[in-house]
Amino acid sequence: MNMISLKNIHKSFNSLKVLKGISLEVAQGEVVAIIGPSGSGKSTLLRCLNRLETIDQGTIKIEDEMLVTEGIDGRSQYVSEQKAREICFKMGMVFQQFNLFPHMTVIDNIIEAPILVKGIKKDVIIPEAEELLRKVGLFEKRDSYPSRLSGGQKQRVAIARALAMKPDIMLFDEPTSALDPELTGEVLKAMRQLAQEHMTMLVVTHEMAFAREVAQRVIFMDYGDIVEEGTPEQIFNSPNQARTQTFLNSML
Amino acid sequence: MEKIITMMGPMLDGASITLQMFFITLVLSLPLGLILSLARMSKYKPLSFLVETYIWLMRGTPLMLQLLFVYYALPLIPYIGIKLPDFSAAILAFVLNYAAYFAEIFRGGIQSIEKGQYEASKVLGMTYVQTMRRIILPQVLKRVVPPISNETITLVKDTSLIYVLAMNDLLRTARTIVQREFDMTPFIIAAVFYLAMTLVLTWIFNKLEERYAAYDE
Repeated sequence: MNMISLKNIHKSFNSLKVLKGISLEVAQGEVVAIIGPSGSGKSTLLRCLNRLETIDQGTIKIEDEMLVTEGIDGRSQYVSEQKAREICFKMGMVFQQFNLFPHMTVIDNIIEAPILVKGIKKDVIIPEAEELLRKVGLFEKRDSYPSRLSGGQKQRVAIARALAMKPDIMLFDEPTSALDPELTGEVLKAMRQLAQEHMTMLVVTHEMAFAREVAQRVIFMDYGDIVEEGTPEQIFNSPNQARTQTFLNSML
Repeated sequence: MEKIITMMGPMLDGASITLQMFFITLVLSLPLGLILSLARMSKYKPLSFLVETYIWLMRGTPLMLQLLFVYYALPLIPYIGIKLPDFSAAILAFVLNYAAYFAEIFRGGIQSIEKGQYEASKVLGMTYVQTMRRIILPQVLKRVVPPISNETITLVKDTSLIYVLAMNDLLRTARTIVQREFDMTPFIIAAVFYLAMTLVLTWIFNKLEERYAAYDE
């Protein structure tokens, strides 16, 4: 089953076209890396999936539910707010800037949404949250505030927080770009582990090594379009497009 | 000494009026200010424009003029005009005025919260109301404690303006006694009272700041 089906997505910020008719399908358990220069629209594409941006044209289907359909005028039409929220919290998201809640301890960051949104009982979610913290290696930080954590630790908490909602899909928006180089490893390790558990993942990244090693498919975007996609081997070793080659050279 | 004791009776009555003005105004204007700040930031333009105008009026004219208006001019407006007793008129004017200042403080606080906080909340499935209540406002409170503390201390002293409605608050009572007895002691008693109240407030707000210092940003 396809977890994500995008058809002909168009998106403009005022007169600037950032997505020019993107179509993409992601299968269950697939790890897809999206690479490309800044301003290519890769983050915007990710943010359109869970309504952080709204699209102008095209359709979005998450698992077997339509989030956006095409209206009679050809413009995109979103389902009701309530419905859209239910569809979207099947997707967890990890941000470049972590966006942890600074007024809550690590454990409270993780249990807040499951309690508030899903109505899960506190004594049920706390052991689950602790298990997630162990998984990302941060159980001892359970009662710390985010300001006491390093960037890499914050991002691992953010991953645990997203997982606590039991998403079927995880979206990563440049998860290591705000980190010092020596801290990216611990975050990538947590992501690699998720991939091994067959989580469906869409990762916007500048970590070429990670894309090459973990992704099953690599998508190269430029100027709001998918220029080329294929297996990591194909994209990194023998890209068909000159633009892909130029970009990859600039990343070395 | 005996003289001071006889003064204390009316002085305490005056202090009671001052305290009532202070507490009722604070309790009503803080929530009203919060509601106004949300309306001011509304995407619905007519509403935000209306509140903007309101805030401009309230901050752009003297509180004393607003007091006089509510007490003397409001009853003259056809159909909707009502004559309020002096205490209610004073409370109304103070609440309307202070809510405008608090609204701007809350707006500043809310707008200082990073966009990422809203995005993280939305991605986790929270509604607007849940996001405001659990994520945004608790952080706003930390940031607005210092400016709110400032306004609150100003309010203690602003209550003395109600003398224009011939209400016997602490300061007017003091002045009456001074003029009758040719003795400056009531002024000193009044000053001590205001200082004591400010001291208590400063202590409370310091405690609040300490409590919020549990986390940094």
